[in-house]
Amino acid sequence: MTDLLSVEDVTVGFGEAAILSDVSLAVDAGAFVGLVGPNGAGKTTLLRAINGVLELDTGSVHVQGDAIEECSTREWSQRVATVPQDTSVSFAFRVEDIVEMGRTPHRSRSQFGSTETDRRQIADALDRTDTTQFRERPIDELSGGERQRVFVARALAQDTPLLLLDEPTASLDVNHQVEILGLVRDLVGEGRGALAAIHDLDLAARFCDRIALLHDGSIRAFGSPEDVLDPAVLDEAFATRTAVSTNPVTGSPTVTARSTRDDGDRRVHVLGGGRLGARAIATLDAAGHTVSAGVFRGGDVAAETAATLGVSPVTTPPTGEVGPGAIARAHELADEADVVVLADVTVGSRQWVLDVAESAPAVVLLEDRPIEDRVLAGERARARYETLRDRGHLADIESVPLAVAEAKRELERFADD
Amino acid sequence: MRTRYRTGAWSAGLALALAIVVLLSASIGPVDIDLPVVAMATLNAIGIPSSVSASVDTTTLVGVAVPAPDLAISYTYLFSFSIPAKSELIVRELRLPRIVLGAVVGFALGTAGAVMQGFFRNPMADPSIIGVSTGAAVGAVATIAFPLAIPFGLQTAAFVGAVVTAFAVYLIATENGRTPVATLLLAGVAIQTFLGAVVSFLLLQSGESLEQAVYWLMGHLSASGWDEVEVTLPVVAVLFVVLVPFARDLNVLMLGEEDAQTLGIPVEWTKRVLLAVSSVLTAAAVAVAGVIGFVGLIVPHVMRLLVGPDHRILLPTSALAGATFLVATDTLARAGPQELPVGIVTAALGAPFFLLLLVRREVHEL
Repeated sequence: MTDLLSVEDVTVGFGEAAILSDVSLAVDAGAFVGLVGPNGAGKTTLLRAINGVLELDTGSVHVQGDAIEECSTREWSQRVATVPQDTSVSFAFRVEDIVEMGRTPHRSRSQFGSTETDRRQIADALDRTDTTQFRERPIDELSGGERQRVFVARALAQDTPLLLLDEPTASLDVNHQVEILGLVRDLVGEGRGALAAIHDLDLAARFCDRIALLHDGSIRAFGSPEDVLDPAVLDEAFATRTAVSTNPVTGSPTVTARSTRDDGDRRVHVLGGGRLGARAIATLDAAGHTVSAGVFRGGDVAAETAATLGVSPVTTPPTGEVGPGAIARAHELADEADVVVLADVTVGSRQWVLDVAESAPAVVLLEDRPIEDRVLAGERARARYETLRDRGHLADIESVPLAVAEAKRELERFADD
Repeated sequence: MRTRYRTGAWSAGLALALAIVVLLSASIGPVDIDLPVVAMATLNAIGIPSSVSASVDTTTLVGVAVPAPDLAISYTYLFSFSIPAKSELIVRELRLPRIVLGAVVGFALGTAGAVMQGFFRNPMADPSIIGVSTGAAVGAVATIAFPLAIPFGLQTAAFVGAVVTAFAVYLIATENGRTPVATLLLAGVAIQTFLGAVVSFLLLQSGESLEQAVYWLMGHLSASGWDEVEVTLPVVAVLFVVLVPFARDLNVLMLGEEDAQTLGIPVEWTKRVLLAVSSVLTAAAVAVAGVIGFVGLIVPHVMRLLVGPDHRILLPTSALAGATFLVATDTLARAGPQELPVGIVTAALGAPFFLLLLVRREVHEL
């Protein structure tokens, strides 16, 4: 079977200024391929090379087996429809007029009005993009998102086997983002192919069958969302640290970009799990700290968060005593850390949490539940906790990074004296 | 369906307005003639070409005998109302040629203006933006300063000057087969400035014919006869018919060239055709009437406010409104105690009207 779209070794721009170099890509009929990559990677350029706006320097583009250079502009536009990134129109065409322009490739120059087929296609395109209610309105009075849908309708009216979309969701509200991409999914289900530049990795993962990662003008990865959205691949392309986990609602991969800001080598160990622990880990990680964490019970949300962010927490089975090995590991990590954060910790009879915290040079405490509910090991433990509280910094979740920075500064001042 | 209906309705309305303005204009002048008589005289003047015979004459050009084609067209007249001979003569031989030529020139300028504004995606564009009018002025003023003994010498020189200038601007702005409209605009402005200097220089050299040259530059329809109409009318009619099928392409081009290409418009080829046709259209108008400003700018603009940006409606309505506007303004120009060049009237009326639109924010997009 021949691919619907096949792009082979396409180079645009020569030598060092090459915007695309040796790009190969295929889109099957019935497939929705997402084109992701950082700004300036060449996503738009690739789409423009495919729709014929840019000339290829080398390589070939075929749609349904026909080469781009063997088709007239008109013939090519019967095969490839494009939804442009910029949909601003400074003339007051009516929405229906804009959608009607999608029929241009199917009309002869002498045809003044619309045929029955034209009218059906236009009505259908308006209907499917939920723009029928705007049909009489001037396009320049619509919002960006509404305009975007009108231009998708225009591409639908063009009735082509291949659909190119350049950032179709960039100016849309979240509900219309999902709607438009869902629509593209439906169209693809009818046997069309779609290639869309999408900057939102989560949306790409959720709606696309395959994802091509473009970076510096070449394809770095091409495959299923699970394969392409790999932190190791993404980190290099986006020059950042990313974390990939599974979205609990959609079941598709979800990507979280993490700060690359490096405020010196501040190491933080988080003790205490649960919701507050999880948030403390995420917040501190986002603030650029090197985070370690644990001991957590298996299944604790804090343990999952830590794992998602690439922090391997110290864990222990969900029930039973915390093992001596885990406690020893927590001691090690806390010793290496500059600051230990106690996130609403519970102190049990063995008081190992207090042992770990007391050996740390600086302590930040997050508290939610009252002390008497958490410190269950009698007066002695209570007194130890109060002492920690006196020498440490109390913080809430928003101010944790600040409190950690403060604790670290105090520590440095103390060392200087 | 809707578009076809709207186009028909607007065109019919404007054609009616044009007919009324023509009749009114033909009844105005130093000699009062009643409207019914004017109407009958006008109907009597409507002729359909029935046979064309061509012969070759020789003309003496710079002392050399040159063969020149001579077309003799005979007409069949549909009506023959009997009216006073003097009135018929005044209407048919003095007033109507001028009115019809005004209508043809206005029609051409309105059409070319609509095309240029769509082409440049800029409502401030007008037919002279790529130097057509200034090129015509160079040809015309040069002929006035240094007369040539050929028939239609001035008009021919103006026409050639206009077309050559447009072509030169196009060549300058074209690189690797692409003609960006912004470059075209800038090249047009630069060439206009240069040719403006040439015109000024020629005016200095023109001596006694200075007044005639200045008069031409202001744009006028006086001293026009059926001969001019016979040449200009067919040219304008044919070019308009060529343009109409491009109305939809112009609409698509207004979304931007990249969009147009993805919708199957061969962009550069279409631009070349549109540019060539509208340049020749403008050249034909300017050659017989001089530089008449503001018609090509203001008429398509106002029509766009009235009928919207769809060129399927905009093109015929701008053409008809241009014709109506120019006939009306030329009537004003010749109705006063002293006849004025019509270019003065169009500019004097057009500019304040344009400013009014600007102040009322009817015109804002650029």
